Amino acid sequence: MNSKPAAEPPFVEVRDLRRVFDVSKPWLNRVLEHAPRQYLKAVDGVSFDIRKGETFALVGESGSGKSTVARMVVGLLPPSEGTVTIAGVSMHDAAAALERQRLRRRIQMIFQDPYASLNPRWRVGRIIAEPIRAFDVVEGEAAIAERVGELLSLVGLHPDDGKKFPHEFSGGQRQRIAIARALASNAEFIVCDEPTSALDVSVQAQILNLMRDLQEGLGLTYLFISHNLAVVRHMATRVGVMYLGRLVEVSEGARLFSAPRHPYTRMLLDAVPDLAMAGNSREGVKGEIPNPISPPPGCTFHPRCPLVFDRCRAENPPVIDGVACHAVNAGREAAA
Amino acid sequence: MSAEPEKPVLSVRDLTVEFVTRRGTLRALDCVSFDVARGEVLGVVGESGAGKSVTGAAIIGLIDPPGRIAGGEVVLSGHRIDNLPDDAMRKVRGKRIGMIFQDPLTSLNPLYRVGEQLIETIRVHTNLSAAEARTRAIALLDEVGIPAPERRIDGYPHEFSGGMRQRVVIALALCAEPEFIIADEPTTALDVSVQAQIIALIKKLCQERGTSVMLVTHDMGVIAETADRVAVMYAGRVAEIGPVREVVKQPLHPYAKGLMGAIPSLEGEAERLVQIPGSMPRLSAIPPGCAFNPRCSQAFARCHVERPEPIAVGNRKVACHLYDEPSFTGSRGEFAA
Repeated sequence: MNSKPAAEPPFVEVRDLRRVFDVSKPWLNRVLEHAPRQYLKAVDGVSFDIRKGETFALVGESGSGKSTVARMVVGLLPPSEGTVTIAGVSMHDAAAALERQRLRRRIQMIFQDPYASLNPRWRVGRIIAEPIRAFDVVEGEAAIAERVGELLSLVGLHPDDGKKFPHEFSGGQRQRIAIARALASNAEFIVCDEPTSALDVSVQAQILNLMRDLQEGLGLTYLFISHNLAVVRHMATRVGVMYLGRLVEVSEGARLFSAPRHPYTRMLLDAVPDLAMAGNSREGVKGEIPNPISPPPGCTFHPRCPLVFDRCRAENPPVIDGVACHAVNAGREAAA
Repeated sequence: MSAEPEKPVLSVRDLTVEFVTRRGTLRALDCVSFDVARGEVLGVVGESGAGKSVTGAAIIGLIDPPGRIAGGEVVLSGHRIDNLPDDAMRKVRGKRIGMIFQDPLTSLNPLYRVGEQLIETIRVHTNLSAAEARTRAIALLDEVGIPAPERRIDGYPHEFSGGMRQRVVIALALCAEPEFIIADEPTTALDVSVQAQIIALIKKLCQERGTSVMLVTHDMGVIAETADRVAVMYAGRVAEIGPVREVVKQPLHPYAKGLMGAIPSLEGEAERLVQIPGSMPRLSAIPPGCAFNPRCSQAFARCHVERPEPIAVGNRKVACHLYDEPSFTGSRGEFAA
């Protein structure tokens, strides 16, 4: 615990996180075809902090590494390099295994597809009771049943719904069950990986409102992963924008949307179809996200960037003041 | 419909689709009516199960048993097409009505080169020679914005990215120069930056070729940017239909109001979202009267017993009793008279 005396340390600290996947062909093919080993850098040097009680959102297009970061943060995937520290405990350090075991209870995850994340053969009551039993949150069957009923009411379902099976619920109700399960162990930090992407808009609104109410009531901290910028704007205190495994911009939520700085963020915000744009037309976006196995040299965004100059093609820009862009740091943004 | 100076390309009247199951007959579409003018993009929005895709499938005659068209008619450029025999319908499909589906990877055959698929489609619908068809296929790929089409035409679908694949599918839909295109969730499987490109492409092609499009999607943002008019569907019926700006900015039907409020926006304050309680009823349990009444905050006695018929309000049509009450003093007088 090397907390600085001056300020309260962040609840979650992610430092220089990297994850490389080996996507080489099998050994025999490599020998016969003289094919080299191939690596995919899914996450390439990502650092951020999450303060207690806030919602930190990661946005980006598919293949940008958002979900890989989420899985490393909760410890489902070991990082190739870098560290994740939650409440002062390292998530991957072997020496901290015992403390980590106690920390586990406080971290939970909500997944995208509520049809796949709930066991279809278990009754809802048993699904929600599982973390309670695993972490011995309360003792005794009667107390467990009571706690399950409380949790179901908390997420807007009826306590008697615990007797049903997941297939008896709609998508939105299932996501409520997944949230109840995440809260069952009195978790403080919840990692939500695209929690509303599989839901219809009217149901999405219900779930987002519920998540905000729970955050206010229970003081939860969220890491919120989404590709939907409007949803992120609605939920996030701070936002990190990812592109090809790198964090290109980190900003306070409101500022990111009113004054985006990185050219990719601006492009992304321009591209989102919005109700306010009804009947208007706009400038198109150029190009697509490149293949992450052979990303472009230097800044990975440079082939699509309107502000590109020589340095961008050669040098990977460091994150300075929340933005990883040579042009922005050299003050060229005003000219564009 | 004397308000339309030009005859609509597609006219759907009281279209009803039923699925006969062991547990009774389910009505997936219930008296759906709308017109699509030449060069117009009609957006169809609604949540899952609202009947958007069934509407598209019914128009092109792709409702498989146990489903059937139980009533109403579909008229394409003055000719009725819903009662055509199968082989005649096959000539309409692809030739006069093109289709773009959600997932470009499943709508292309992975074992054939992109060019072979385009050339085959062109030759089925026209009497061009193989060489001419190839030239035309290259021109089409160029038109939908695929770089180096002479080279890419010999690629397999897996060699294209998601956005490029969807462009190929659009080229495929355009092969026979159809009058009408049904695009069923064309951008749902794509990333936002690519989605914007595909929307722009569909819009451009409509304007240049005068093709009409029925754009089916659950994404209100896509509709707002692309469509000229929009139909909001709920439980197999059209709740509200009208010009896109009016419906988006000032929706009339309580469901449409809730839907617009439920969508998080990039503009304005990030306040609490409007919440519609409950979810869409199952087809087997559609409530009597107005299907929306259990979720509606403004429901009154009549909504529980009588099904609302579409009422003209200005340029719009709304299926809601609120606009049929004597107390309502809207702008509908001018139209109803």
